[in-house]
Amino acid sequence: MSAAPQKAKAGAEQINVKVSAVVPLNDLVTRFEFQRTDGQRLPTFSGGAHTVVTMNDDGRTRLNPYSLMSDPTDTSTYAISVRRDDQGRGGSLFMHTRVKVGDEMQITYPVNLFSLDLRAKKHVFFAGGIGITPFMSMIAQLERSNGNWELHYAVRTEALGTYVDELRYKFPNKVHVYYDDQSQSIPLEELLDGQPLGTNAYVCGPKGMIDWIHATAAAAGWPDAQVHSEEFTAPQPGKPFEVRLCKSDKTIQVGESESLLEALEREGVEAPFLCRGGACGQCETDVVSYDGEFIHRDHWLEPEQQAGQKIMPCVSRFVGASLEIDR
Amino acid sequence: MTIQFNDETFRDDYSFHNSDWAIKRFPFPFHEDSYMYAVNMEQHRGGPEGSVYEKRFDVDEHYVAEMRDRAMVLADDPLRCQSLPHMTLAGWDLLELIMVSKSEDYPDLFELHHDADQWRWVNKPLGIDDTFTFLDETTLPYGPMEYITRQTQGDFCVLDQREENLWMDAGMVTTQADWSLDFDLGMNFFEWHAPVPLAHEMGIFKRALKFLLNIQQGAPARRMNWTMTVNPLLDTSPENYHKWGIQKTTLTPENIGSKQHLRVELQTFFRLPRSNALVFPIRCYLCSFQDLMTMPKWGRRLHRVVRDLPVELATYKGFIDNRPMMLDYLSQFDDGLPTSPGVFPEPETEPPLNKAG
Ligand code: HEM
Ligand code: FES
Repeated sequence: MSAAPQKAKAGAEQINVKVSAVVPLNDLVTRFEFQRTDGQRLPTFSGGAHTVVTMNDDGRTRLNPYSLMSDPTDTSTYAISVRRDDQGRGGSLFMHTRVKVGDEMQITYPVNLFSLDLRAKKHVFFAGGIGITPFMSMIAQLERSNGNWELHYAVRTEALGTYVDELRYKFPNKVHVYYDDQSQSIPLEELLDGQPLGTNAYVCGPKGMIDWIHATAAAAGWPDAQVHSEEFTAPQPGKPFEVRLCKSDKTIQVGESESLLEALEREGVEAPFLCRGGACGQCETDVVSYDGEFIHRDHWLEPEQQAGQKIMPCVSRFVGASLEIDR
Repeated sequence: MTIQFNDETFRDDYSFHNSDWAIKRFPFPFHEDSYMYAVNMEQHRGGPEGSVYEKRFDVDEHYVAEMRDRAMVLADDPLRCQSLPHMTLAGWDLLELIMVSKSEDYPDLFELHHDADQWRWVNKPLGIDDTFTFLDETTLPYGPMEYITRQTQGDFCVLDQREENLWMDAGMVTTQADWSLDFDLGMNFFEWHAPVPLAHEMGIFKRALKFLLNIQQGAPARRMNWTMTVNPLLDTSPENYHKWGIQKTTLTPENIGSKQHLRVELQTFFRLPRSNALVFPIRCYLCSFQDLMTMPKWGRRLHRVVRDLPVELATYKGFIDNRPMMLDYLSQFDDGLPTSPGVFPEPETEPPLNKAG
């Protein structure tokens, strides 16, 4: 089927970088900046893109996606902002406690699963907490092309308002901030009501916020295609389980704090991936047989596919007596 | 290697011709003795040295003549190049992709010099030396997509990606196999593929779209497609069907070897960085039957593929009426010997034709 067959590489292209800056922003969030180790330029990207950072945590490989938040036209440096998650699997803890200026790391080429609709007459952004990051690059992109945008940004407290000061200083009329601890909330219905025709809305934040904005917009008659959301399901830890791989003829264990995808990679099994966040569909895998319950955490499969046909190894898990998949 | 550019035409006297070098590297599309649609995508990260797969944008001996032909088509029909307003940024992305790729891959033919936003582009084969401001349309004689695709072989569809689909919102289409940009503009992946037989039912388009939506920066992909063309015509558009459709009736057993061409499209897919659009270059290669027959493996295989092709495909590709005459010609080059797997002609190892007369 192929014209000039080559060994296919799984996943996105990697770039070798060194950490050029580590900037703590508040108690929870730190910014990391990267430059290429070979001194070349980084690829240009589009607002809303993310990169997957490879972390070598004492022999364990961790791969976490982070939104690129620098100006997309600045190809000398990439920046990400990482919120420390003391409950999570440790990728963010690793970044916070172990990564220093000068360290060499690997990141993927930019991938965009949350891009601007360039036809839109106006872009309205809704950010919750660390969900601000993709909007930083979108705003930079729109500012260059005189795009029409506004931002509604909910944060817990003033002290945790990542980039609030910078945004307010640069764009006093476009940025609106709401503090949870002062019982302020986004006046969503009003905001959705007053927008010109052809406006697109974008939301990035906790799941509850995303659901709320989708539901409210739908009730207000907004077409689904004009409401965009990005939610990285951070790979969640869970109980260990065993999987039979029928193509590779192997049985493997998935540990407590690794994903099924990571377990496949550890065993040297060819497993495609891109987003590692249950969004892109690349890792879709057929279930051959099972006796137990799936814990599906993806945004990709249809409900009937989740009922025993398929699993997304990057985020989803299994509890039960046996599972056999087509890898 | 420096390329000798042919002085040739793709219309009127049809002086188009392939050198021995061009025949040998012709992208013969059949890796086995039969053909059916498939989700035939692979990565586009180089290929054997000298092959059409090696470079991101292949430049060959037909370059200058093809660009002359494109300019003539555009002069007659400006609607062959269209770009909806939201696609201008993607046009700049494409301009950058091509200028960077060509200047890196063919430094003796193309040069790109940057001084911040001031770019200087030197295209030696076409005698162009232009300085412009990147992202400032007023500094170029055409829009960015039109500017660069007037200097690059192959058609270009620039697809906007939204709503889990691709939309044909811009393109430069002058060398197409009987479809129209003006008609397809604004359509989505399933809409513009509607006329294709069998592939929808086979689930090919649904799976292909999933793959395309996931194509990432730095990881381009490619696939092949093919059809048949009488006379070496680049512009086989529906707009001009009245001119070329009738040429299909001029085939005779005497002239078929030189007039009938296998038309192969090397299709590639690149994610564009600023716009997140996808560009789909469709590069057309033509080779006459008689030139193909100089490779014994291709002679045997082409006969078998054309003979066994499902009627639906031969009809859609527009050669069902001429198929019997093609088979009479091609069967002379099929001695029944087995063929080696893969697309390359293997002239050193493939046995010569073992047939009298
Ligand atoms: C996004 C990039 C693509 C564009 C812009 C595109 C465009 C087109 C167009 C305009 C046609 C002619 C339809 C007509 O008769 O009017 C066509 C035909 C076709 N396309 Fe695509 N296509 C794309 C990607 C693909 C992919 C990835 C596949 C994968 C299987 C595919 C498979 C086909 C097939 C099988 C045909 C029929 C060709 C023949 O038999 O000659 N296309 N395409
Ligand atoms: S890697 Fe993207 S869905 Fe699993």
